[in-house]
Amino acid sequence: MKGVRMWVPLLLFAGFCGLAAYQLTQPKDEFIESTMIGEPVPDFNLRPAIETRPGVALADLKDGRAKLLNIWASWCVPCIAEAPQLEALQRQGVPIVGIAIRDKPEDVARFLANYGNPYTRIGADDLSEVQLSIGSSGVPETFVVNGDGVITYQHIGDIRAEHVPLLLQELAEAGA
Amino acid sequence: MIAELGLAALWLAAALSVLQLIAGALALRDGSGELASLVRPAAIVQGLLAAFAFVMLLWLFAVTDLSVKLVATNSHSAKPMIFKLAGAWGNHEGSMLLWVTVMALAGGLIALVERRLPERTMFATLAAQAFVGIGFYAFLLLSSNPFERLPEPALEGMGLNPLLQDIGLAFHPPTLYFGYVGLSVAFSFAVGALLTRQVGPAFARAMRPWVLGAWIFLTLGITAGSYWAYYELGWGGWWFWDPVENASLMPWLAATALLHSVSVLAARDALRAWTIMLGVVAFSMSMLGTFLVRSGILTSVHAFAVDPERGTFILFLLGLYIGGALLLFALRAGSVAEGERFSITSREGALVFNNVMLSAILGIVLLGTLYPLLTEVFDVRVSVGPPYFNPAGAIFTIPMLLVMAVGPLLRWRGDRISRIKVPMIVIAAIMLAVLAVVIILGSYGLLADLGLAVAAGLAIASFLPLRGRNLLRVPIATWGMVVAHFGIAVALFGMASESAFSEEKLAAVSVGDNVEIGPWNVSLLATRPVAGPNWTAIEGQLMASYDGGEAILLKPQSRNFWAPPQETTESVLSTRWNGQLYAVIGNEASGGEGAERWQLRLWWKPFVTLIWYGGILVALGGLLALIGRVKGDLKRRYVQSRLAGRKEEGESA
Repeated sequence: MKGVRMWVPLLLFAGFCGLAAYQLTQPKDEFIESTMIGEPVPDFNLRPAIETRPGVALADLKDGRAKLLNIWASWCVPCIAEAPQLEALQRQGVPIVGIAIRDKPEDVARFLANYGNPYTRIGADDLSEVQLSIGSSGVPETFVVNGDGVITYQHIGDIRAEHVPLLLQELAEAGA
Repeated sequence: MIAELGLAALWLAAALSVLQLIAGALALRDGSGELASLVRPAAIVQGLLAAFAFVMLLWLFAVTDLSVKLVATNSHSAKPMIFKLAGAWGNHEGSMLLWVTVMALAGGLIALVERRLPERTMFATLAAQAFVGIGFYAFLLLSSNPFERLPEPALEGMGLNPLLQDIGLAFHPPTLYFGYVGLSVAFSFAVGALLTRQVGPAFARAMRPWVLGAWIFLTLGITAGSYWAYYELGWGGWWFWDPVENASLMPWLAATALLHSVSVLAARDALRAWTIMLGVVAFSMSMLGTFLVRSGILTSVHAFAVDPERGTFILFLLGLYIGGALLLFALRAGSVAEGERFSITSREGALVFNNVMLSAILGIVLLGTLYPLLTEVFDVRVSVGPPYFNPAGAIFTIPMLLVMAVGPLLRWRGDRISRIKVPMIVIAAIMLAVLAVVIILGSYGLLADLGLAVAAGLAIASFLPLRGRNLLRVPIATWGMVVAHFGIAVALFGMASESAFSEEKLAAVSVGDNVEIGPWNVSLLATRPVAGPNWTAIEGQLMASYDGGEAILLKPQSRNFWAPPQETTESVLSTRWNGQLYAVIGNEASGGEGAERWQLRLWWKPFVTLIWYGGILVALGGLLALIGRVKGDLKRRYVQSRLAGRKEEGESA
């Protein structure tokens, strides 16, 4: 009995080494996927982030058209990188609704003047409340929302050129 | 040339460690052997060479030699000298070199001074030390060469992470490293003793100063790290249960248990296998911490340069050394004869209880730290924090502290509870009285209430071992125990008080506004831009007055570093005997009309400083114990040599 007990530490340690070795071989996944995919967007109503575009409320998402909901901020550098892709999507007729996270009107205006304005509406989410409620944990993130206000797809990080066809396909599936 | 000298010294040191291993192993097999006389000199010269390499690295950082990759990526010519030097170990390669250096110096020191153990056990110990060393030399030279040159010298360095440009950094990591590496010596002793099956009081006495020394450094390192996080991160907390903090706490818990069990082994020749086990566990916790931090396998606020390849290497070393030692333990521990027996109500009994509780706490922290690693296998992400660690740790900490209050009053081998009835009743009465007062004042949560009560009882109890003794004749080591136990009480009181009585206020204020917090009245006098050697900042000028008294000027800053670009908060602290006012200034608050408004964050933390004073007292207690033990050993050695001398005289006469 005693002899067996002496092996317990070694076995526990071997278990740990196995676990650690397995985890080391796994790609480190930095993305946190939203649990709201397939769920309707919770109710919200955001004031306009700038004067030239209206704010966003849940009713605006439920207008029967699938659209992109872009979570961004003027202080976010990857958001600059994805601006051309959003412009391209907009030129192809995709409605894009923006939510500006923890931003100031003058900064939003400066950003849009520099990098273009693909948005039909921009809501100001000063406390990240709407962002968190749809399961987004960073900027930029882009959600595909169908005409009934249900989230069908989440894109984490900046949209690069190669992501555009995928987003168009997701929009088509959501009934654009 | 300097870099090449350092690298050459490192290769030579590595070669010597191979010689030390082979010579030591052969000497162990043959009892003496021709190579046996080489073991000790090899260890000593290896220590000197490693130290030489480290001094070369310091030199490169001091002169900011930008042709060396490590300097170019971690330093900057505009940095103050102290941070240039600290930059040498504020990165992966440099800190590994420091690790190896301290380990080699420790090996050299045991080779030089340790003469009490049987020579075979000494050979086994030094061979084990060399075996561990080889792995780290290989790691340094093959995958983390600190002396690597750039093909073209850089024009300017990339700087050091601004959070680390702080005097705390200059001393916090090296202090912890001395602790980690000290435990590697305890590990080598344990392996050496297992190999020769010579586990007994002599072994315990040889190992004890190293455990004590490592433990003192770990205590200081954790205390300094906690204070650094407290004032530099600007979050107002002093412990976050972050994986890297846990990585430093776990070896401390194991070393604390080892410290007490090694005393039992030295005094009473009991707990033989258990002490060996703890020696292995303590060092495995040091290595595990290194692995968790460097591999990036867990997410932490401590951003080390993360590299899966390095992680694999450390995991391999961890498996080799700890796995090997545990295998040896499984094969040999049964044949290490059980030591002396003792009754449960005895000094040993109390120390065993302390060991079991410390091991349980260690298990809790280890489980909490590794739990995210386990759940990720099943694709579940969790973050384990204070809601788990605090109550789960307290379940074992509070009973341990209660036994700690009375344990030192018990006699070795066997005792009767009735003999210490009076002090027990006094301690219990103090604890219950404080608990009652705290609850009447307005209960601050179960853990804080219990913490205050236990701290009060323990503070008194820690001095009871001195009762009825001539204070001048009490051994220094006993004073060490008293001071260390009192330090635990002091730190616990600080922790409980911080959790019970802290007040926090977040306000957006304009110049001229007043904020009340606790007994303080704070007003924003002005804000102004200021500049340092490699940063610019907004500085707030606050007038703070305590209880209507004279106001003092405080200047918190929000700094922007430009090499590399990063924002840090420089909090300010106003310390009084009964607590600290902690102020952080943030960015300009948005959306203000008219006057500019600034985010101001204030905390009033009664008695919070006791946490770190307690830590210092604990380390001081360790130092007294170390002095006492070493003095005792020297005395014993002197007496033995005199006896031997007389015997010779008698024979020749």
